[in-house]
Amino acid sequence: METTSLLPLLIIISSIIPGVLILLLREEQVALRTFLNLFGAVAKVSLIGWVFAGYLRGEEYTFSYNLALDLTFSLRVDQLGLFFAALSSVLWLVTTLYAIGYLEGGQHRRRFFAFFSLCVTASTGIALSGNVVTFFIFYEFLTLSTYPLVVHRGTDKAVKAGRTYLWYTIGGGTVLFLGVVGLYVVAGPIYFGQTEIIANLISVYPTQLTILFFLMLVGLGVKAAIFPLHGWLPVSMVAPAPVSALLHAVAVVKAGAFGIVRLVYDVYGIGIAEQMNFLSVLAVFAAFTIIYGSLRALYQDDFKKRLAFSTVSQLSYIALGVAIPGVLTSTGAIVHLVHQGIMKITMFFTAGNIAETYGYYKISQLNGIGRRMPLTMGAFTIAAFGMIGLPPIAGFISKWYLGLGAVEAGSYWVVLVLLASSALNAAYFLPIVYRAWFCEPEHEVVPQLRSGRLETQALLLIPVVVTGILSLAAGVFAAMAGSPLSIAREIAEKLYLL
Amino acid sequence: MTELPISPYPALLVGLPILMATLSLFFRTRGEALVGLIGALLTTGLAIMAFVEVVQRGAVIHILGGWEPPLGILLRMDPLAAVFIGMTALVGVFISLYAWRYFRALETTTGGLPLFWPLWLFLWAGLNGLFLSNDLFNLFVTIEVIGICAVALAVLSGKSTALSAGLRYLLAAITGSMAYLFGVALIYGSTGTLDLGLLGQVLEPGTTTTFALLVITLGLMIKMAGFPFHFWLPPAHSSALAPVSALLSALVVKGAFYILLRLWMEVFGVSLTYAAGQFIGIAGAIAVIWGSWQAFMQTSLKLIVAHSSVAQLGYLLMVFPLLILAPGVTADSADWLSSAWTAGIYQVISHAFAKASFFLSAGIIIMALGHDRIESLRDLVGHMRITAMAIGIAGVSLIGLPPSGGFMAKWMLLKGIFLSGQWWWAPVVLAGSLLTAGYVFMLLRLAFAPAREKEPFRPVPKSLEVFALLLALGSFLIVFPADSLIQFLESSEVFGTGVESILKGGVHGNN
Repeated sequence: METTSLLPLLIIISSIIPGVLILLLREEQVALRTFLNLFGAVAKVSLIGWVFAGYLRGEEYTFSYNLALDLTFSLRVDQLGLFFAALSSVLWLVTTLYAIGYLEGGQHRRRFFAFFSLCVTASTGIALSGNVVTFFIFYEFLTLSTYPLVVHRGTDKAVKAGRTYLWYTIGGGTVLFLGVVGLYVVAGPIYFGQTEIIANLISVYPTQLTILFFLMLVGLGVKAAIFPLHGWLPVSMVAPAPVSALLHAVAVVKAGAFGIVRLVYDVYGIGIAEQMNFLSVLAVFAAFTIIYGSLRALYQDDFKKRLAFSTVSQLSYIALGVAIPGVLTSTGAIVHLVHQGIMKITMFFTAGNIAETYGYYKISQLNGIGRRMPLTMGAFTIAAFGMIGLPPIAGFISKWYLGLGAVEAGSYWVVLVLLASSALNAAYFLPIVYRAWFCEPEHEVVPQLRSGRLETQALLLIPVVVTGILSLAAGVFAAMAGSPLSIAREIAEKLYLL
Repeated sequence: MTELPISPYPALLVGLPILMATLSLFFRTRGEALVGLIGALLTTGLAIMAFVEVVQRGAVIHILGGWEPPLGILLRMDPLAAVFIGMTALVGVFISLYAWRYFRALETTTGGLPLFWPLWLFLWAGLNGLFLSNDLFNLFVTIEVIGICAVALAVLSGKSTALSAGLRYLLAAITGSMAYLFGVALIYGSTGTLDLGLLGQVLEPGTTTTFALLVITLGLMIKMAGFPFHFWLPPAHSSALAPVSALLSALVVKGAFYILLRLWMEVFGVSLTYAAGQFIGIAGAIAVIWGSWQAFMQTSLKLIVAHSSVAQLGYLLMVFPLLILAPGVTADSADWLSSAWTAGIYQVISHAFAKASFFLSAGIIIMALGHDRIESLRDLVGHMRITAMAIGIAGVSLIGLPPSGGFMAKWMLLKGIFLSGQWWWAPVVLAGSLLTAGYVFMLLRLAFAPAREKEPFRPVPKSLEVFALLLALGSFLIVFPADSLIQFLESSEVFGTGVESILKGGVHGNN
């Protein structure tokens, strides 16, 4: 049954190699660098597709390397991991295209793309980790590979933001480290899915395992930006748009959210987590963060800051879905990993496009922008409606499942939280949509960047249109086999069968 | 003991560097450097061959001149010694290559500095001798050789700061040696033997043994700059020339740790109590916190790196309380011994690579800027990206973030701490990591920050940067063979053992 395969390792390596090679290139070697970037991105998507197909045929892919004593580096392919890996790799491909256009003529592009590749390596590593320690290794690697991206602009503001980012993530990493080592000592090396280990030990070491759960939750909560650990996220918005897009829609924040999913579903097991009341604590913090993030978003005039606080809020849907046991809420949580990713990346692309093309950074400057950038703003509008939860867009599906599941579980207060959040989402996204389409621009605008008859450069436009369409498609075709929803549903059903 | 296979390697490992060092004395600057570098390369090759020999045949011995102990000298190379010798060679060869280029670059300004190569090769011979020694007096001779060479190297630049720091270093070194020698005399007086293996069997617990243990430990603690005897290290290591700083911090202090570990585990088991382990652990814990904090407060790069050594050596001392078992705990039931040993060995190796790289990088920066005040590191990434990368990678290993050797050490240390139930050390490990992150990222933050004014970064030979980077990468690459390395070490008698501290007399136990 267990067969060793190099494929998971290849998936990881497919972005390390371009990353390292790019670092060795000279700054001027643009064509070669672009080729390496795209080659890596396409290779990764194809490999994941290949493995996914194999997995559906019932093949198993594992790779492990014993580091020392019982410390084992292990990569394993399971459905949840593949789901996250697929999300990361597809969005990486799109974002790579975007970044090539965005950074054209910028400084230190070699460094940027090298660390960009390493960052996605970490992200897919997190997805395919087979055990807790491997997850931790990639989780920390992600912190390190994203730091140079956050400070990329090299301004004092960027460097300061980098400092905040590090204090949060290194601090969180240290707490997680403590939790992971503790878990190793109490329960031995735990592979994801071996929930029976904790189930057997919980009556022997209830206090220790409780403490360890919360240590790990705090460590993961930093990246998942759960209140009060979210402070780094809005500050890190000084990073260039592609970084904000990928990091804050996929790589970093999702690493935290995905970690929470793993911790509850595949380490402790949902039964134990519920029985020990871990979930109710998580639910309270998640619900509070949902409302808090939205309230803060209301007051931001800076476009990216508003998006950042919206991310804080939206991410906690995942945590909330995890915290309410039930097939439907689990489905909602898992599918929101993807849905939030594609919708939020669309929004960050939009912010980047407007900033690049017209030099606008504030929402109050966006009057009439829709007529000048109809495709970009069209995509944004889809994503915004999705975030609010209007059918048939992706975000509606997530909220629908979360709401249904909450009712099924008898947690009616969750429905109230969802409704309140939707109202708040509308309150901070609709004004942007309204301004863009229905307000007259205050003064004549001159684009700083044009490319032929397109509203902006093609490499900036294509990604946002693609992710906009994906946001719509994920909702419209949700019922079809192979849609994010159907996969999420399968994963969730397997969880509760056991 | 004598039934171990006999091999020429132990003798060659000491003899070859001495020969080449002597040879280099006959040449002037360039010739000396060439002979010295060849000596370093040959010694490295020899060390690798010797390592392979031990991997294949297990522990080997050499009896000098055919005179059996107690009259003659017996050199013993077991897996633990082989690992230390291998580490010295790998780190040493990169420092040597760096030094070769570094002194060539200095020639234009100083007209060349003589004596680096003979001193370094004598020092290397001393280190190899130390790892191979099997009796207390030989150990004394090797630490004397090492001490004298190290002090001479430290003052090589002739600058007044280096001279005054060197004087303190000399004082500390002599005090340490004397304390050690006093202990050795006591042991010899009471047992009539100096052979480590024999002593482990015949040493009786008692006041004399305890007192000897105390002064020997004291002497070695001074030598390895263990808290509170660390005062001499930061000035001496920071004022020396870059390759010298790297040698002193990465290798020389580890020699004293090696003896301390061997003596505690192999010889003095009978007199060790649980409290003694805790006591050393506390010294280590304070060193971790204090050293890291001091490093954080410094404003010049080399002082940061030097204070960081005090902290990193503190982690080594924190291994001891895990190896000295509480009364009533048997070595068989102590399932954390392997973890603790792995932590110690990996801390030694990863610190050697990372710290050597760090000091070499500092040397590059001094060469480029003329000084090492950290505010001038602004925009280092733009000017010298390889050096910036070396600092980043070495720094990450010092913090202990994955997947570095430092991570392996911290993981195993924390695991040992929890398994042994001595949880009170855990906050120290974590606080130490956070403080280390504090000063490492303070440097990196500056390296990324925009330049305020045009600092003149003078061009620096690229090869210097590459050597520093390779050492930094080494501190990561050592993680990959960890499993084989530990299996190899487990074939050594001492690895994985702990001392059972039963009231009045103890026994060795194997795990």
